[in-house]
Amino acid sequence: MSLLWAFIVGGLLCVIGQLFIDLTKYTVTPGHILVGYITIGAFLSALGLYQPLVDFAGAGATIPLSGFGHNLAQGTLEAVQTKGVLGIFSGGVEAAAAGITAAIVFGYLAAILFNPK
Amino acid sequence: MTPDSNEERKKIEEQEYQQLVEQVRPRPNILLNCIWAFIIGGLICTLGQLILDYFRAQGMSMEDAGAMTAVSMIFLGALLTGLGWYDELGKKAGAGSIIPITGFANAIVASAMEYKREGYIFGVGARIFSIAGPTLLFGFVAAVIIGLVKYLTMLW
Repeated sequence: MSLLWAFIVGGLLCVIGQLFIDLTKYTVTPGHILVGYITIGAFLSALGLYQPLVDFAGAGATIPLSGFGHNLAQGTLEAVQTKGVLGIFSGGVEAAAAGITAAIVFGYLAAILFNPK
Repeated sequence: MTPDSNEERKKIEEQEYQQLVEQVRPRPNILLNCIWAFIIGGLICTLGQLILDYFRAQGMSMEDAGAMTAVSMIFLGALLTGLGWYDELGKKAGAGSIIPITGFANAIVASAMEYKREGYIFGVGARIFSIAGPTLLFGFVAAVIIGLVKYLTMLW
Protein backbone atom coordinates (compact mmCIF):
# COMPACT_ATOMS: atom_id res chain seq x y z
CA MET A 1 0.00 0.00 0.00
CA SER A 2 2.84 2.38 0.86
CA LEU A 3 4.24 1.76 -2.64
CA LEU A 4 0.97 2.76 -4.29
CA TRP A 5 0.72 6.03 -2.35
CA ALA A 6 4.39 6.80 -3.06
CA PHE A 7 3.64 6.31 -6.76
CA ILE A 8 0.50 8.46 -6.78
CA VAL A 9 1.74 11.34 -4.65
CA GLY A 10 5.22 11.36 -6.23
CA GLY A 11 3.63 11.29 -9.67
CA LEU A 12 1.24 14.13 -8.84
CA LEU A 13 4.06 16.33 -7.52
CA CYS A 14 5.78 15.82 -10.88
CA VAL A 15 2.57 16.66 -12.80
CA ILE A 16 2.39 20.01 -10.99
CA GLY A 17 5.89 20.80 -12.23
CA GLN A 18 5.01 19.64 -15.75
CA LEU A 19 1.96 21.93 -15.83
CA PHE A 20 4.17 24.76 -14.70
CA ILE A 21 6.54 24.09 -17.62
CA ASP A 22 3.79 23.72 -20.22
CA LEU A 23 1.30 26.37 -19.15
CA THR A 24 3.51 29.35 -18.32
CA LYS A 25 4.92 31.56 -21.02
CA TYR A 26 8.33 31.76 -19.38
CA THR A 27 11.17 29.49 -20.31
CA VAL A 28 11.24 27.19 -17.33
CA THR A 29 14.51 25.24 -17.07
CA PRO A 30 15.22 22.27 -14.78
CA GLY A 31 17.19 24.72 -12.61
CA HIS A 32 14.11 26.89 -12.05
CA ILE A 33 12.00 23.85 -11.19
CA LEU A 34 14.55 22.53 -8.70
CA VAL A 35 14.99 25.93 -7.01
CA GLY A 36 11.21 26.39 -6.84
CA TYR A 37 10.56 22.95 -5.38
CA ILE A 38 13.24 23.15 -2.70
CA THR A 39 12.12 26.64 -1.62
CA ILE A 40 8.39 25.97 -1.64
CA GLY A 41 8.97 22.60 0.06
CA ALA A 42 10.94 24.31 2.84
CA PHE A 43 8.26 26.94 3.52
CA LEU A 44 5.36 24.45 3.34
CA SER A 45 7.26 22.29 5.80
CA ALA A 46 7.86 25.21 8.18
CA LEU A 47 4.11 25.89 8.14
CA GLY A 48 3.52 22.26 9.11
CA LEU A 49 1.88 21.43 5.79
CA TYR A 50 4.47 19.02 4.38
CA GLN A 51 4.90 16.52 7.24
CA PRO A 52 1.35 15.12 6.80
CA LEU A 53 2.19 14.41 3.15
CA VAL A 54 5.40 12.61 4.22
CA ASP A 55 3.49 10.56 6.81
CA PHE A 56 0.98 9.61 4.15
CA ALA A 57 3.13 9.03 1.06
CA GLY A 58 6.65 8.30 2.39
CA ALA A 59 9.15 8.43 -0.46
CA GLY A 60 6.43 9.90 -2.69
CA ALA A 61 6.89 13.11 -0.71
CA THR A 62 10.58 12.85 0.28
CA ILE A 63 12.12 11.90 -3.09
CA PRO A 64 10.80 14.96 -5.01
CA LEU A 65 13.07 17.93 -4.29
CA SER A 66 10.38 19.55 -2.15
CA GLY A 67 11.25 16.78 0.32
CA PHE A 68 14.83 18.06 0.36
CA GLY A 69 13.46 21.48 1.33
CA HIS A 70 11.34 19.78 4.00
CA ASN A 71 14.51 18.19 5.40
CA LEU A 72 16.30 21.55 5.53
CA ALA A 73 13.34 23.21 7.26
CA GLN A 74 12.73 20.48 9.86
CA GLY A 75 16.46 20.23 10.63
CA THR A 76 16.58 23.99 11.19
CA LEU A 77 13.47 24.08 13.38
CA GLU A 78 14.75 21.27 15.62
CA ALA A 79 18.22 22.77 15.91
CA VAL A 80 16.86 26.24 16.79
CA GLN A 81 14.97 24.68 19.69
CA THR A 82 18.03 22.92 21.10
CA LYS A 83 20.86 25.28 20.11
CA GLY A 84 19.26 28.69 19.65
CA VAL A 85 20.98 31.06 17.22
CA LEU A 86 23.57 28.47 16.20
CA GLY A 87 20.76 26.20 15.04
CA ILE A 88 19.54 28.81 12.55
CA PHE A 89 22.78 28.25 10.64
CA SER A 90 23.67 24.63 11.38
CA GLY A 91 20.35 22.78 11.47
CA GLY A 92 19.46 22.73 7.80
CA VAL A 93 22.76 21.56 6.39
CA GLU A 94 23.21 19.01 9.18
CA ALA A 95 19.90 17.39 8.28
CA ALA A 96 20.67 17.40 4.55
CA ALA A 97 24.42 16.71 4.85
CA ALA A 98 24.40 13.17 3.43
CA GLY A 99 22.39 14.15 0.36
CA ILE A 100 24.46 17.25 -0.38
CA THR A 101 27.78 15.42 -0.05
CA ALA A 102 26.56 12.46 -2.09
CA ALA A 103 25.28 14.74 -4.86
CA ILE A 104 28.55 16.62 -5.18
CA VAL A 105 30.92 13.64 -4.83
CA PHE A 106 28.93 11.18 -6.98
CA GLY A 107 28.30 14.01 -9.43
CA TYR A 108 32.01 14.74 -9.68
CA LEU A 109 32.92 11.06 -10.10
CA ALA A 110 30.30 10.49 -12.80
CA ALA A 111 31.39 13.62 -14.67
CA ILE A 112 35.01 12.42 -14.63
CA LEU A 113 34.33 8.78 -15.53
CA PHE A 114 31.83 9.37 -18.35
CA ASN A 115 31.81 11.56 -21.44
CA PRO A 116 28.81 13.43 -22.86
CA LYS A 117 27.06 11.67 -25.76
CA MET B 1 2.68 59.34 -45.82
CA THR B 2 3.43 60.91 -42.49
CA PRO B 3 6.03 59.22 -40.32
CA ASP B 4 3.38 58.88 -37.65
CA SER B 5 1.12 56.54 -39.60
CA ASN B 6 4.18 54.72 -40.82
CA GLU B 7 5.03 53.83 -37.26
CA GLU B 8 1.48 52.78 -36.57
CA ARG B 9 1.55 50.49 -39.55
CA LYS B 10 4.77 48.98 -38.27
CA LYS B 11 3.12 48.31 -34.92
CA ILE B 12 0.19 46.59 -36.59
CA GLU B 13 2.55 44.49 -38.66
CA GLU B 14 4.42 43.47 -35.55
CA GLN B 15 1.19 42.49 -33.84
CA GLU B 16 0.09 40.44 -36.82
CA TYR B 17 3.48 38.78 -36.88
CA GLN B 18 3.20 37.93 -33.19
CA GLN B 19 -0.25 36.44 -33.76
CA LEU B 20 1.10 34.34 -36.61
CA VAL B 21 3.96 33.12 -34.42
CA GLU B 22 1.45 32.15 -31.73
CA GLN B 23 -0.58 30.23 -34.30
CA VAL B 24 2.20 28.21 -35.88
CA ARG B 25 4.25 27.54 -32.74
CA PRO B 26 3.96 23.83 -31.93
CA ARG B 27 1.86 23.44 -28.82
CA PRO B 28 3.11 20.96 -26.24
CA ASN B 29 0.74 18.06 -25.84
CA ILE B 30 -0.01 18.94 -22.24
CA LEU B 31 -2.09 15.90 -21.37
CA LEU B 32 0.44 13.44 -22.76
CA ASN B 33 3.32 15.27 -21.06
CA CYS B 34 1.49 15.13 -17.75
CA ILE B 35 0.74 11.42 -18.09
CA TRP B 36 4.42 10.66 -18.75
CA ALA B 37 5.54 12.94 -15.91
CA PHE B 38 3.09 11.17 -13.59
CA ILE B 39 4.16 7.65 -14.57
CA ILE B 40 7.94 8.18 -14.59
CA GLY B 41 7.94 10.49 -11.55
CA GLY B 42 5.68 8.04 -9.72
CA LEU B 43 7.89 5.07 -10.60
CA ILE B 44 11.05 6.86 -9.42
CA CYS B 45 9.34 7.60 -6.09
CA THR B 46 8.17 3.97 -5.88
CA LEU B 47 11.77 2.84 -6.30
CA GLY B 48 12.69 5.29 -3.54
CA GLN B 49 10.01 3.73 -1.31
CA LEU B 50 11.41 0.23 -1.97
CA ILE B 51 14.90 1.41 -1.00
CA LEU B 52 13.49 3.20 2.08
CA ASP B 53 11.63 0.04 3.15
CA TYR B 54 14.84 -1.97 2.70
CA PHE B 55 16.89 0.31 4.99
CA ARG B 56 14.02 0.41 7.52
CA ALA B 57 14.00 -3.39 7.54
CA GLN B 58 17.74 -3.27 8.32
CA GLY B 59 16.76 -1.59 11.59
CA MET B 60 17.67 2.00 10.67
CA SER B 61 15.81 4.94 12.18
CA MET B 62 13.41 6.80 9.88
CA GLU B 63 15.85 9.71 9.55
CA ASP B 64 18.88 7.53 8.76
CA ALA B 65 16.91 5.37 6.33
CA GLY B 66 15.68 8.51 4.58
CA ALA B 67 19.21 9.87 4.27
CA MET B 68 20.52 6.54 2.92
CA THR B 69 17.65 6.48 0.43
CA ALA B 70 18.60 9.95 -0.79
CA VAL B 71 22.25 8.88 -1.12
CA SER B 72 21.25 5.74 -3.06
CA MET B 73 18.91 7.59 -5.41
CA ILE B 74 21.55 10.27 -6.05
CA PHE B 75 24.08 7.54 -6.86
CA LEU B 76 21.65 5.96 -9.34
CA GLY B 77 20.82 9.33 -10.90
CA ALA B 78 24.50 10.20 -11.34
CA LEU B 79 25.34 6.77 -12.78
CA LEU B 80 22.43 6.69 -15.25
CA THR B 81 23.26 10.23 -16.37
CA GLY B 82 26.87 9.22 -16.99
CA LEU B 83 25.67 6.28 -19.08
CA GLY B 84 23.43 8.64 -21.06
CA TRP B 85 20.22 6.79 -20.09
CA TYR B 86 18.72 9.40 -17.81
CA ASP B 87 18.54 12.05 -20.50
CA GLU B 88 16.78 9.59 -22.82
CA LEU B 89 14.23 9.07 -20.04
CA GLY B 90 13.98 12.83 -19.57
CA LYS B 91 12.89 13.41 -23.17
CA LYS B 92 9.63 11.61 -22.43
CA ALA B 93 9.26 12.19 -18.70
CA GLY B 94 9.91 15.95 -18.55
CA ALA B 95 9.25 17.11 -15.00
CA GLY B 96 8.83 13.46 -13.99
CA SER B 97 12.60 13.06 -14.32
CA ILE B 98 13.55 16.57 -13.09
CA ILE B 99 11.72 16.82 -9.77
CA PRO B 100 12.80 13.58 -8.04
CA ILE B 101 16.22 13.82 -6.35
CA THR B 102 17.65 11.71 -9.21
CA GLY B 103 16.94 14.74 -11.40
CA PHE B 104 19.02 16.91 -9.08
CA ALA B 105 21.90 14.45 -9.55
CA ASN B 106 21.24 14.46 -13.30
CA ALA B 107 21.44 18.25 -13.52
CA ILE B 108 24.71 18.26 -11.56
CA VAL B 109 26.41 15.59 -13.67
CA ALA B 110 25.12 16.86 -17.02
CA SER B 111 26.40 20.41 -16.50
CA ALA B 112 29.74 19.23 -15.07
CA MET B 113 30.37 16.71 -17.87
CA GLU B 114 29.95 19.33 -20.57
CA TYR B 115 32.86 21.38 -19.26
CA LYS B 116 35.42 18.62 -18.85
CA ARG B 117 37.75 20.14 -21.42
CA GLU B 118 38.11 23.23 -19.24
CA GLY B 119 39.80 21.04 -16.67
CA TYR B 120 38.90 19.07 -13.57
CA ILE B 121 39.17 21.98 -11.13
CA PHE B 122 37.66 25.00 -12.86
CA GLY B 123 35.81 23.07 -15.56
CA VAL B 124 34.07 20.18 -13.81
CA GLY B 125 34.71 21.56 -10.31
CA ALA B 126 33.06 24.90 -10.99
CA ARG B 127 30.30 23.83 -13.39
CA ILE B 128 29.11 21.11 -11.06
CA PHE B 129 27.52 24.00 -9.12
CA SER B 130 25.79 25.69 -12.05
CA ILE B 131 22.54 23.93 -11.03
CA ALA B 132 23.49 22.65 -7.57
CA GLY B 133 24.61 26.16 -6.57
CA PRO B 134 21.30 28.01 -7.02
CA THR B 135 19.35 25.05 -5.64
CA LEU B 136 21.45 24.85 -2.46
CA LEU B 137 21.62 28.63 -2.14
CA PHE B 138 17.85 29.12 -2.14
CA GLY B 139 17.43 26.06 0.08
CA PHE B 140 19.87 27.50 2.64
CA VAL B 141 18.36 30.98 2.47
CA ALA B 142 14.89 29.52 3.06
CA ALA B 143 16.21 27.44 5.97
CA VAL B 144 17.86 30.46 7.63
CA ILE B 145 14.71 32.58 7.23
CA ILE B 146 12.65 29.78 8.76
CA GLY B 147 15.16 29.38 11.60
CA LEU B 148 15.21 33.12 12.27
CA VAL B 149 11.41 33.36 12.41
CA LYS B 150 11.29 30.33 14.71
CA TYR B 151 13.93 31.89 16.97
CA LEU B 152 12.05 35.18 17.16
CA THR B 153 8.76 33.47 17.98
CA MET B 154 10.54 31.57 20.77
CA LEU B 155 11.76 34.86 22.28
CA TRP B 156 8.26 36.21 22.54
